[in-house]
Amino acid sequence: MNVRMENITKVFPGRDRKSAGVTAVDNFSLELPDGKLVCLLGPSGCGKSTLLYMICGLETPTEGRIYFGDQDVTDIPSEKRGVGLVFQNYALYPHLTVKQIIKFPLENLKGDEKLSKEEMDKMALEAAKLVQIDGLMDRKPGQMSGGQQQRVAIARAIVKRPKVLLMDEPLSNLDARLRLHTREEIRRIQKETGITTIFVTHDQEEAMSISDLIVVMKDGVLHQMGKPQDVYDDPVNLFVAQFLGTPEINVFEGKVKDEGLYIGEDRVLEVRGVEDKDVFIGIRPEGFIVDDEGKLNCELKGINIMGRDITVLSSNGASKNVIRSIVSAETAIDSGSNKVRFNLKPHKTYIFDKDTEERIRFA
Amino acid sequence: MSKKTLSGVNGVATNISGWLYLLPALLFLIAFMVYPLIDVFIYSFEEGYNSASQTSFGTGGYNYAYILRDPYFLKTVKNTFILVIITVPISTGLALLISLGLNSIRALKRLFQTIFFLPYVTNTLAVGLVFMILFRKTPYTDGLVNMIIGKFGISPVDFIDGPYWAKMLVLSVYVIWIVMPFKILILTSALASVPDVYYQSARIDGTSSWRVFWRITLPMISPMIVYLIITGFIGAFKAYSDAVAIFGVDLNAAGMNTIVGYVYDMLYGDGGGYPSYASAAAIVLFAIVLTITVINLIVSRKATDIT
Amino acid sequence: MKIKKTIIYFLLAVWALIVLFPFYWMVLSSIKSYASYAGEKIPKFFTTSPTLENYRSAFTAVPLARYFSNTLIFTLATTALMVIIIIFAAYAFARIDFKGRNLLFLGFLALMMIPNELVIITNFVTITDLGLRNSFTGLILPSVTSVFYIYLLKENFEQVPDELYYAAKVDGTSDLKYLFKVMVPICRPTIITVIILKVIECWNSYVWPRLITDDPAFYLVSNGIQELRENGLGRDNIPAMMAAVVAVSVPLIILFLIFRKKIMEGVSREGIKG
Repeated sequence: MNVRMENITKVFPGRDRKSAGVTAVDNFSLELPDGKLVCLLGPSGCGKSTLLYMICGLETPTEGRIYFGDQDVTDIPSEKRGVGLVFQNYALYPHLTVKQIIKFPLENLKGDEKLSKEEMDKMALEAAKLVQIDGLMDRKPGQMSGGQQQRVAIARAIVKRPKVLLMDEPLSNLDARLRLHTREEIRRIQKETGITTIFVTHDQEEAMSISDLIVVMKDGVLHQMGKPQDVYDDPVNLFVAQFLGTPEINVFEGKVKDEGLYIGEDRVLEVRGVEDKDVFIGIRPEGFIVDDEGKLNCELKGINIMGRDITVLSSNGASKNVIRSIVSAETAIDSGSNKVRFNLKPHKTYIFDKDTEERIRFA
Repeated sequence: MSKKTLSGVNGVATNISGWLYLLPALLFLIAFMVYPLIDVFIYSFEEGYNSASQTSFGTGGYNYAYILRDPYFLKTVKNTFILVIITVPISTGLALLISLGLNSIRALKRLFQTIFFLPYVTNTLAVGLVFMILFRKTPYTDGLVNMIIGKFGISPVDFIDGPYWAKMLVLSVYVIWIVMPFKILILTSALASVPDVYYQSARIDGTSSWRVFWRITLPMISPMIVYLIITGFIGAFKAYSDAVAIFGVDLNAAGMNTIVGYVYDMLYGDGGGYPSYASAAAIVLFAIVLTITVINLIVSRKATDIT
Repeated sequence: MKIKKTIIYFLLAVWALIVLFPFYWMVLSSIKSYASYAGEKIPKFFTTSPTLENYRSAFTAVPLARYFSNTLIFTLATTALMVIIIIFAAYAFARIDFKGRNLLFLGFLALMMIPNELVIITNFVTITDLGLRNSFTGLILPSVTSVFYIYLLKENFEQVPDELYYAAKVDGTSDLKYLFKVMVPICRPTIITVIILKVIECWNSYVWPRLITDDPAFYLVSNGIQELRENGLGRDNIPAMMAAVVAVSVPLIILFLIFRKKIMEGVSREGIKG
């Protein structure tokens, strides 16, 4: 089932009549293809959870329409949309056993959809097997680890075989090791079931590793959507460039003059077809080449050798933060020196308009 | 996303269902609390209301004037005030002592707490009967209490049918016995909630336990003491069942009627049928309670300001 | 230090004695035969020939069993109705975002300060006018709501995380089903506390039943005891009277011993409300 949003806006009313409302989602349009795992990615408060809740039907958009396939679901209540939702804190009913929790959505079916007890048991067991908790059916949530609770939450969400599976920061309550394992599990379950899955997270690494597509949001506005690697390699603006990637992209203030890119007095790159202006320059950590003849001059602050990579820490007057560059371990660097010089890889270097922060492309 | 209710989902429907869920409670509260509250004021100003013919011949302060001149009413006011003045300080002080004792022991603490709470779950009327026979003096026997005080050389007194102060004494003893569980419970939990660190640091400073009590314990639990005094006043002003339990239904004959008893007597029973007088008396009682509560609050605020 | 502890234990034991003595005395008197009781010019602290005869006369000379069943009906009906009503009301306040909710809740809180004595007069007139004197309906109706218990339960309902509600919505659960399948089971401890406190209150209620019933067929135990004392067994058959008193007191004491912790917690929360 593909999910389409057209011009969605959500305004939460202010606390009283005097204070203005909060616009959580602003004129948002998007089409998510069938059978894919899509991440809604953005810093906290960017409206991604609100968007998820609107897709789910727990919130109604102030304006705009939502379609599942050809069907307009905007005014259809949550339970009739065929969605499953996994909550950040699992939201398992504390007084029920795992089996009862998974069966709970099935027991709500009415009319033609009503299932016999045997069918319900069978479906519940299937869902439990899929998430590998079929051995814990008689436990209550309080007797299980966070990871197990998360699996129960997923089983409950998929037991009705929803058309769309929604996950609201499902990994953020797990410890680091479990998070890694569970995200692979989610990937596996999604692949096995083929359910269109929308996954909300603020963790870009999580998003990059798990999803077919990522949607980067900020302040209720869509910034960029695409395959993780494409978005990483080709960000449309400074925010997206900064938000994706660890270590974070290095940002310099600089300018373009005579089709040359300047950081301080150093003409670091030729940028054809760009008019003269002040710009921000973003350089990925892996975009640096250490070179004694390099065009960018920096003060060397330190070297961290981490197995196959070396992280070079340096500073430059045009950058507020320490510059992190990652180079191959074979690179020879004179750690005794207090200078280091770099050349830049053009495809790892992005320039952004200083006012709009939009990407400026160069040849 | 945490504390937002689902306003948008179906606005009108939630409005309706909200009121629908409340409807039963609302109906009962309006019928049996809000309407009566308004009505009692109206009654109290309707002169000569007759509950049989449901007529009155005018409005004004006559009912108030009547009850304020009624010697029975004035007697109940006197009785009630005396009862309040005796029972509130004694019960609160005693409860504080007992709670301090409870708080300083380990062994048997729970047993004592359980025993001390028992009067709370007893039927006031039933246990009142027991008090009555303990204190009563009949032609056949002087009763247990008289037997005990006789050992101290005091001649037997009829506490139930005898002199006024003897009767007041029994009533006070019973009222105190009845209200103690609540006060002990509240004060023990208040005492238990004083953080240990204060006591530990006081011990390190070598503070005497007397000083610890006055400078640490008492200020820390003073809000609860104030609360108990205020509710104690309110409760004692509304005393009635306790008196009935000891002296029987005809409290006027026993000379031990309370304000609430006067209200009910005016409403029902041999002298009943005067809801107007009953209303006026109830409002006078409410005014007294309100005044005392406000005075209490002001005094306690002043007192806490000083410490 | 040792002496201080001893004094404390001694004084606590004295108070325990004062509390327990009336209970001891009523049990003791109830098992003394009438003849031996009446013959005691000086009361004795024990009896050598205990008898259950008084219990028989307490239940035969006055319709004590009738009073018991009346009280039981009154207590169960009032408590059951009240629990349902307050669950709905607390749910509306805790979970449903309807227009005027906060204002209305403020109004409810204000009602907590209204003393019963002020409204009982009109209620007496209302019930009388409705011809409901000497009926269970008249006895029950005015006490099937409690603002304080609504408040208590609302606070508890609000602690149930919102996500459970959202999850139930996605699962297709109706509000009503969510309330009874999720909220109520989760908040069961509070509801049980409320039930026990209400049962105690009903069992001991005296004033309202006294006003509204004059037909012994509708007397509750409190009124029964009072009636017994005024006219029933005569002032002199104290042992039989004490047997009745024991019978009336025992159910609540058993309830208390079973739910000791819950009751004491509930009452101390009632204390915190001020």
